[in-house]
Amino acid sequence: MSGAEQGAAAGGFRVRNLVLLTLFLAGAAGGGSLAFVAHAPNRLLSGAPVRLGALPGEALLVLSLLAALLLGGAFLTPRRAGHWVLGAAAAAFVLVLCTLAGVEASRFAAGAPPAARTSLGAGFWIMALCGCLAMMDAMHRLALAPALRMMGALMLAGGVAGLGAMGALDDLSIAKEYANRREALGEALAQHVGIVLAALLPTVLIGLPLGLVAARRRAFAAGLFPALNLIQTIPSIALFAMLMAPLAGLAERFPVLKAAGIGGIGAAPAVIALILYSLLPIARNVAEGIAGVPAGARHAAVGMGMTPGQVFGRVELPLALPVVLSGLRIVIVQAIGLAAVAALIGAGGLGAIMFQGLFANALDTVVLGTVPIILLALAADGSLRLLTGYAERVRR
Amino acid sequence: MIAFERAGKRYGGQTAVEDISLTIEAGEFFVVIGPSGSGKSTLLMMINRMVPHSAGSIRVGGQDILSFRPEMLRRRMGYVIQSVGLFPHWTVERNIGAVPELLDWPQARIRDRADELLALLNLDPGRFRSKYPHQLSGGEQQRVGVARALAARPDVLLMDEPFGALDPITRTALQQEIHRIHRESGTTVVFVTHDMDEALGLASRIAVLDRGRLVQLGTPLELLAAPANGLVRDLIGQEEHGLRMLAVQTVASRLRTGETAPGEPIAASATLRQALSRMVSESADRLGVSDAEGRPMGAIAMSDLLRR
Repeated sequence: MSGAEQGAAAGGFRVRNLVLLTLFLAGAAGGGSLAFVAHAPNRLLSGAPVRLGALPGEALLVLSLLAALLLGGAFLTPRRAGHWVLGAAAAAFVLVLCTLAGVEASRFAAGAPPAARTSLGAGFWIMALCGCLAMMDAMHRLALAPALRMMGALMLAGGVAGLGAMGALDDLSIAKEYANRREALGEALAQHVGIVLAALLPTVLIGLPLGLVAARRRAFAAGLFPALNLIQTIPSIALFAMLMAPLAGLAERFPVLKAAGIGGIGAAPAVIALILYSLLPIARNVAEGIAGVPAGARHAAVGMGMTPGQVFGRVELPLALPVVLSGLRIVIVQAIGLAAVAALIGAGGLGAIMFQGLFANALDTVVLGTVPIILLALAADGSLRLLTGYAERVRR
Repeated sequence: MIAFERAGKRYGGQTAVEDISLTIEAGEFFVVIGPSGSGKSTLLMMINRMVPHSAGSIRVGGQDILSFRPEMLRRRMGYVIQSVGLFPHWTVERNIGAVPELLDWPQARIRDRADELLALLNLDPGRFRSKYPHQLSGGEQQRVGVARALAARPDVLLMDEPFGALDPITRTALQQEIHRIHRESGTTVVFVTHDMDEALGLASRIAVLDRGRLVQLGTPLELLAAPANGLVRDLIGQEEHGLRMLAVQTVASRLRTGETAPGEPIAASATLRQALSRMVSESADRLGVSDAEGRPMGAIAMSDLLRR
């Protein structure tokens, strides 16, 4: 008799959702032992940790109740309604965590000099992450449509933003950082998106034809993909550095380029590096997608009198689209991450804020730069997955 | 309608089709048969320039096919292939309307034509028009494939082993279907197969190809009566030869007018093979013969089947 059967025999008490149980244990261990928040006299000093146990009793009670509900969910027979409740409880758990941190920060701020800061601790982050994952797990088990899952994530993000808008998080260090750097952050975000978009168009314009030719000519593919692979193996910092010297030289030689803002440092080498990195996923997925078009469909298309352009536009491209779009998704997510590193060569963007914090040892500034990068990547990934799913549904 | 004049195709050093001269008349059901590698598919694809010929000339409706843009030539010809090649991302209706769409027919006319063709191929338009190819059986897919080829009322229908991948029952049904459609529409059909029964059952004339050369050209009866060489004899098959002879001739050709016979009469349009089968299973050496309306026309006797 297996362990699970034994459990069932002993009154039906057995683990039904291992994911939820694991998340609960991880959250409990992290939240119980690590700092929930830390109080510091100013933004550069590391603070005194405040553990979960030091928080007021009522607050702990709410949090514990939600956690207990989630723990119970790990042992209950799965029903649809149950997953909805668990998903909502997980979201509520995250929002309560944020509120608690905000309240604790305000309590500390009331009796401390204005420079004092309350930053979020490792315990907070672990519990928040576990809460988010629990919510995703519930949505996964409900088999919600991708669009609905996206909406769930947006609602949670909206909830946190709502707390911020109501002022409940104002005394947290990260909110103060945000208030101080709101304009710089907006600008950095725009720069970041700008770099990614500037790289995207040339990537598609170059990568699409490369992939098309590779799909039709084996010899070309045999030369192209190892070369693009080689580029991928160069570390990003090294590639940025390799581009700086030639670009600086070009700008010296041709003043037109310099006038256009192209030089050894700044956005130009960053954009070029992103294009180089993006070519492999795009070209490979285009080639794969085109190669996956049924030979009979292509033969019939030519035989019925479609021009080469019509064969491509009406048959090959639509059938290859899901694969091409997933290549595009990889490229965009990759570019959002790499653009952060590009701050090191003066390209700006969210990476610049991140590195400022890193070099000044101001951890909250690092977080301020990092969180939008993660959110941006998640948003791009989610929306392109939606699009890919739609393209697949159309294609069947 | 389609005239090959010393036409040939060489790939590099290899000769796929050599020195073919033949004329396919308008309205004919022309079958090209041969073993694999005989160049029969190449010959078919030379007509719509999927394979450009490298020697001689090919004319369609009196005009050299090189005088058309390949796409324009192909849009005038229906094309059916063994793998069907329906577009998986399009509904049945849009698949059928593919060529009319290329020819810029108005949407309403394309829709009507698709429904008309679905009905012609015995597929209920209401049930099938919005389906996707993956929702259809193999036989249904090829019905749609044939409908798609017929959509723009082509002068010529090119069929490359269209029923080769189907199970025997479905294949027989589609053979009857295409036979009926050919009779009703009068479209010229060029049909490639390696199945002699299929060829004998459908063809008005058969061309036998071997290693790129035309070995024999004639009606099914001519092939059966006087095979040109060992290959043709092999294709016909020794065991079935007699039955195949009977299968390509009708009761009408051996009719004894004015005579009668007891029992259920056989239609004059039935094949002699069907007549033989009836005689054997009914232990009768004579059958009455009637016309399409069931009026008695005469009789046929077992001994008539042995006559040449």
